[in-house]
Amino acid sequence: MNDLLAARSQMAMSLAFHIVFAAIGIAMPLLMIIAEWQWLRTKDEVYLALAKRWAKGTAILFAVGAVSGTVLSFELGLLWPGFMRYAGAIIGMPFSLEGFAFFTEAIFLGVYLYGWNRVPPRAHLFAGAMVAISGALSGIFVVIANAWMNTPTGFHVVDGRPVDIDPLAAMMNPAAFAQTLHMTLAAYAATGFVVAGIHAFMLRRDANNRFHKAALAIALTVGGTAAILQPLSGDLLAKMVAKNLPVKLAALEGQFATEKGAPLRIGGIPDEGAGVTRYAIQIPYGLSILAYNDPHATVKGLNDFPATERPPVAIVHVSFQIMVACGLAMMLVAAWAAWRYWRARRKKSETWLSSKWFLRALVLAAPLGFIAIETGWVVTEVGRQPWIIYGVMKTAEAVTPVPGLVVPFIAFTFLYIFLAAITVWLLLRQVAASPQAFGSDGQEVRLAA
Amino acid sequence: MPLETIIAGVMISALILYALLGGADYGGGVWDLFAFGKRAPAQRALIAQAIGPVWEANHVWLILVIVVLFTAFPPAFAAISIALHIPLTLLLIGIVLRGTTFTFRAHDAQRDDVQRRWSLLFSIASIITPVLLGIVLGAIASGTIRVENGVVVSDFLKSWLAPFPFAVGFFALSLFAFLAAVYLTVEASQPELQEDFRMRALIAGFAVGILALIVFLLAGTGAPTVRAGISRSWWALALHLGTAVVAVGAFYTLWIRKYRVARLCAAAQVTLILLGWAFAQFPYLVEPDITIYSAAASHATLRLLVIALAVGVLVLFPSYYYLFRIFKSEVSAAPPSASQKLS
Repeated sequence: MNDLLAARSQMAMSLAFHIVFAAIGIAMPLLMIIAEWQWLRTKDEVYLALAKRWAKGTAILFAVGAVSGTVLSFELGLLWPGFMRYAGAIIGMPFSLEGFAFFTEAIFLGVYLYGWNRVPPRAHLFAGAMVAISGALSGIFVVIANAWMNTPTGFHVVDGRPVDIDPLAAMMNPAAFAQTLHMTLAAYAATGFVVAGIHAFMLRRDANNRFHKAALAIALTVGGTAAILQPLSGDLLAKMVAKNLPVKLAALEGQFATEKGAPLRIGGIPDEGAGVTRYAIQIPYGLSILAYNDPHATVKGLNDFPATERPPVAIVHVSFQIMVACGLAMMLVAAWAAWRYWRARRKKSETWLSSKWFLRALVLAAPLGFIAIETGWVVTEVGRQPWIIYGVMKTAEAVTPVPGLVVPFIAFTFLYIFLAAITVWLLLRQVAASPQAFGSDGQEVRLAA
Repeated sequence: MPLETIIAGVMISALILYALLGGADYGGGVWDLFAFGKRAPAQRALIAQAIGPVWEANHVWLILVIVVLFTAFPPAFAAISIALHIPLTLLLIGIVLRGTTFTFRAHDAQRDDVQRRWSLLFSIASIITPVLLGIVLGAIASGTIRVENGVVVSDFLKSWLAPFPFAVGFFALSLFAFLAAVYLTVEASQPELQEDFRMRALIAGFAVGILALIVFLLAGTGAPTVRAGISRSWWALALHLGTAVVAVGAFYTLWIRKYRVARLCAAAQVTLILLGWAFAQFPYLVEPDITIYSAAASHATLRLLVIALAVGVLVLFPSYYYLFRIFKSEVSAAPPSASQKLS
């Protein structure tokens, strides 16, 4: 493994690991404060128990997310010093703002997790809301920096150096809005579906447990809403890619030849040697319509780009197909849930969670959001290759001259496998117990007895 | 005042706050390892209670230093990241293990053997991380990282694998352990526990003195420019006097059990030491090839960053005050009841 590949692998592994905790860190606080708010509103102890249970899990996940995020901020320099020397002054701003958002998040998370009996209920809920808001802002600021790597703005290049730097214009780059919207919705959708899936799994064993019913309702409301909105933000993002990153569009659609009225390919395996995408279901004019709102629009194919500026096509196309498939499946499950809920309300019965098939679907859909997040980031990052800053700097120019990068890659891989295993083990221990009855302080009586 | 100086001032302030707050969290981990006697469980519980709600917030000071460094002085960040790749990677592993093992310990089974295992990992990470942090700062001060035309030309090992950076590493560890012990004398509610940490603070304070002397002596060849700064500048005498006064003050007030004053003195001592280093190295970021002026980003970036920092601080300080008022004020000094504990 050469040093560039080792550096890319370490960065990819660090991001793939951190994004799971980051997404949960964005969405879990929202679930917690909805549960807590329901408790304050209804005085139903089941909601307090729920907020406390979720807070316990979040405490573990947030700690892993905080330290793995620290690793990433250092890795920007440890692996890509060429990039940071060039771009630090241009996109350091969103990272600095993220620093303050992260501060707010960590401070109020401390208040939230440890302050149940130390601050009044409203102040506690406020702390949770601060965590939810600053968590979302943290994610948005970091994704803005990534969006700039795709559509760099806010500077001019003179003699190979950036001049006339305008950090605000860099933050307002063309990809920023669509990418941040897409990732923020993804965080709520993925987390909501995992949580809903876990509680659906428990409900299949313990059908009348109010705790799991309440949990499922909140998680699915947040996750389902995001899942239904997500295709719209995806469409916005695809149109942005078509306009600003034509080579990425061609790669993610497996479009080799330039074509007027290009079809949308569903599935299929791109053969880069032969320059065709095989076994795909083709919807005539589909791509031209989706990308440009015009069935006869011309889509520029990969063959019209120099070979040295094309990303690896197969992995980008396949990852994109998986992401879209997961997203559509989640949207359908969310629509099914909405329909069941609406029908149950009209009949004034509480039966919307009674269907075995529905609960089974929720369990199966649980991992889809995170699969979509991981494959989506593969599309974004691999699809930008060979550039680290699209059209400005190649990834190979940015890598550190330090030799032997395979060593830290292996070290961090083992470290993260260890952390992932412990985290899953600890969370399983907590989920395993199904609470039945609750004391006045929301403590689970069975556990306290 | 030039924007470069203002931002450098913010960075050293953030680093001082990281040492005073985050540093003490590491020091807590040191005393977790050295908890012994029949009050060992009570010592560990006090340490965990002191660190639990605040360590994640305290940790962000380091992130702030890093993001301000790479926003305002990108070439310095790049050069440090290349030259000190190895100790920085080890530092990260330490940071990851410290934070996660502390959290895992709180949420794993409360059985003794399980807790002991996490405690051991947590305290070892708490010891190694400050040493590595000190090694990194010592290497930056030593003048051995050389940069020519933006390219690091010095060795990837020699700039930090030397007596001076290691001495700074152990000095940092002793300072953090000292801070933690002094803070814990204030936060302990039982007199016996206060005595335990008073004893530890006195021992750690003594170690701080010895290591400070070693660092100063090694600086003669290990970091000549910084050493010249702290020996010969116009402010040097005032700085040494001030540090001496608060150091003696910390010892004396610990001796007579005026813990709150001791806490103030210890914090002042650490602040003055870091300020002394910063003044001696000014205006170099990486001595001798990179200054805050040569590495500075464009004026537009610096100006916007100063505005962002000013606004950020307006949100940050009230929030931080709120956090500390809840968990560190006297009303809350009583040990948490069973329902308050997370696990």
